[in-house]
Amino acid sequence: MKDTILEIKDLSVIYKTDLETVEAVNGISLTIGKGKTYGLVGETGAGKTTTALSILRLLPAATGRVLGGSIQFDGEDVLSLSESDMCALRGRRIAMVFQDPMTSLNPVMTVGDQIAEALLVHDRKMGKEEVERRVEETLSMVGILPSRKIEYPHQFSGGMKQRVVIAMALACEPELLIADEPTTALDVTIQAQVLMMIKELRNRLGTSMLMITHDLGIVAKICDDVGVMYAGEIVESGSVEDIFSPGRHHPYTEGLFGSIPDLKSRARRLTPIAGLMPDPTALPQGCVFAPRCKKCQERCKTVRPKAVTEGTHRIACHLYGGQAAGSAQGISGGQDAFRRKEEQ
Amino acid sequence: MQQDTPLIETRQLKKLFKVGGGAMLHAVDGIDLKIYEGETIGVVGESGCGKSTLGRSILRLIEPTSGEVLYNGQNIVGLGSRQMRALRKELQIIFQDPYASIDPRKSVIEVIAEYMLIHKMHKSRTETYARAAELMDLVGLARRYANSYPHELDGGRRQRIGIARALSLNPRFIVCDEPVSALDVSIQAQILNLLMDLGEELHLTYMFVTHDLSVVKHISSRIMVMYLGRCVELADSDELFAHPLHPYTKALLAAIPEPDLAKRDVDFVTIRGEVSSPINVKPGCRFAGRCDFCTEACTQADIPLIEAEPNHLVACTLHRQAQEAGKERT
Repeated sequence: MKDTILEIKDLSVIYKTDLETVEAVNGISLTIGKGKTYGLVGETGAGKTTTALSILRLLPAATGRVLGGSIQFDGEDVLSLSESDMCALRGRRIAMVFQDPMTSLNPVMTVGDQIAEALLVHDRKMGKEEVERRVEETLSMVGILPSRKIEYPHQFSGGMKQRVVIAMALACEPELLIADEPTTALDVTIQAQVLMMIKELRNRLGTSMLMITHDLGIVAKICDDVGVMYAGEIVESGSVEDIFSPGRHHPYTEGLFGSIPDLKSRARRLTPIAGLMPDPTALPQGCVFAPRCKKCQERCKTVRPKAVTEGTHRIACHLYGGQAAGSAQGISGGQDAFRRKEEQ
Repeated sequence: MQQDTPLIETRQLKKLFKVGGGAMLHAVDGIDLKIYEGETIGVVGESGCGKSTLGRSILRLIEPTSGEVLYNGQNIVGLGSRQMRALRKELQIIFQDPYASIDPRKSVIEVIAEYMLIHKMHKSRTETYARAAELMDLVGLARRYANSYPHELDGGRRQRIGIARALSLNPRFIVCDEPVSALDVSIQAQILNLLMDLGEELHLTYMFVTHDLSVVKHISSRIMVMYLGRCVELADSDELFAHPLHPYTKALLAAIPEPDLAKRDVDFVTIRGEVSSPINVKPGCRFAGRCDFCTEACTQADIPLIEAEPNHLVACTLHRQAQEAGKERT
């Protein structure tokens, strides 16, 4: 147990309004090892951000509610902590980087003051000189000239702003960094710079990370473990090798790979997943992916599939449910999505 | 592909914006581009490179500062609004944000019928609405959504409305301005396939403006790479990806994270710095400040596009020197 930093078990979260109940997260479990990076992949509305917000207990108070499950951070049950204990944890031991750097900074404070604020909130006794030193250190760590600490967010470009946000998150040297689509708002060349920086800092500081993204390319680049999320459930999880090697996969994972325009392929047509995400206020009774699945059978529509585990690789699909784990040879699932790569 | 008259041709097209203090922002800075009937040309670049302004200037949704836009050999810059209106039927655009480009107070069928009513395409309203319903079938929108309002639909379906609306006037040329970047990957693939099918079926000519190289690779026959208002490289799609010549194109290609574990430990070859300001640009290569191969020649005068290889144009001193050296030898 000593090697895990975060363990989520059977977490369910709903958003409840007078009119309807949105089942955002439905019984997900995941474990992040110390110093490891876990990639949570999925499309809009899959429940990725809700999961992240639950860890920090930042769900909108009026509607968001954790229905069940547990979140253990370094052996402590996050869900039962008092608000003041939570404040001590938030930002200090678990930090978060939000998707949009344009809206996560205060426009009327210099970036230096914003980083200093993060430091002072968690250590009021820190001396002025010490704060200045730490601010400058953090800025140069993310590749910004320390002399720019007196500038305001609007004087920075998008990529530079995201660096400031990352600097703020890392200022208190958190043990777990949650990055919610940190590069989605950036251009590719700037994305590459920021990703390299994140990778380098993580290796240097030994920070564990929860990386939320929709981009499988980013996952391949920096994650150790992966969870593929769909309609509030993790339909497939495992190490990057499990997910990216040919073999057995959840039909949704295959669909995701098929949807990515491949740079090397000469195929003109993409193989998208038909249909749309189910309405989270009225999820299907059986497998959540059944209405869009090409391999859907009768029982998929009525029975929720149980997860099959093979080593670190876990798939929740009826296709693989019948056989004993490990003995299922010859199931061609996954081959479609990977055929192109094998041809090279 | 090489016919004599291009469907669309721009000659030294420029769009400068005034930004106060007498400064000028060079959004599009002298673009020469020929688009032939039936082809799909991709225009790629990072934010601020002028790709959207180029698309809109060609349609005169933004009035170009100077230069010509030829449609079927006729210069449309300077045409009166009445003549332009007739041409609008043939030149259409699909916008990036399906949330912002559709009137929220009109039902789906009304949105699709609107252009046809304005241009009096059909004799009666009944006929117009019948055609609108046909268009819904064509773009894969179930007819049961005809009376829904845009906010009731998701992004993918809304983008289908935008496509149906653009097609309603039987256009010949469509500018697609980042039509899939607001969509999820699985929906993005559906829309790309739809656009490709429609292109073949209706013999459309597309100009596909995007920041996403992998998308453009899929859909385009030729690709133009833009950097700060300039075309830095123009080549056939396969050729560009196989043999990029300009250092910026190379950097752009290297920056894409590929979903391939074999590439996991290969570090990105990142280019340093960021796009410099497009305001009051200095002469010379726009990319010089970030380029590893920058020489004195790069910052003295503007670098012209040269045909480094057949049908492969590049604006870079590296290749100009190589070509000149080649000429001397022969």
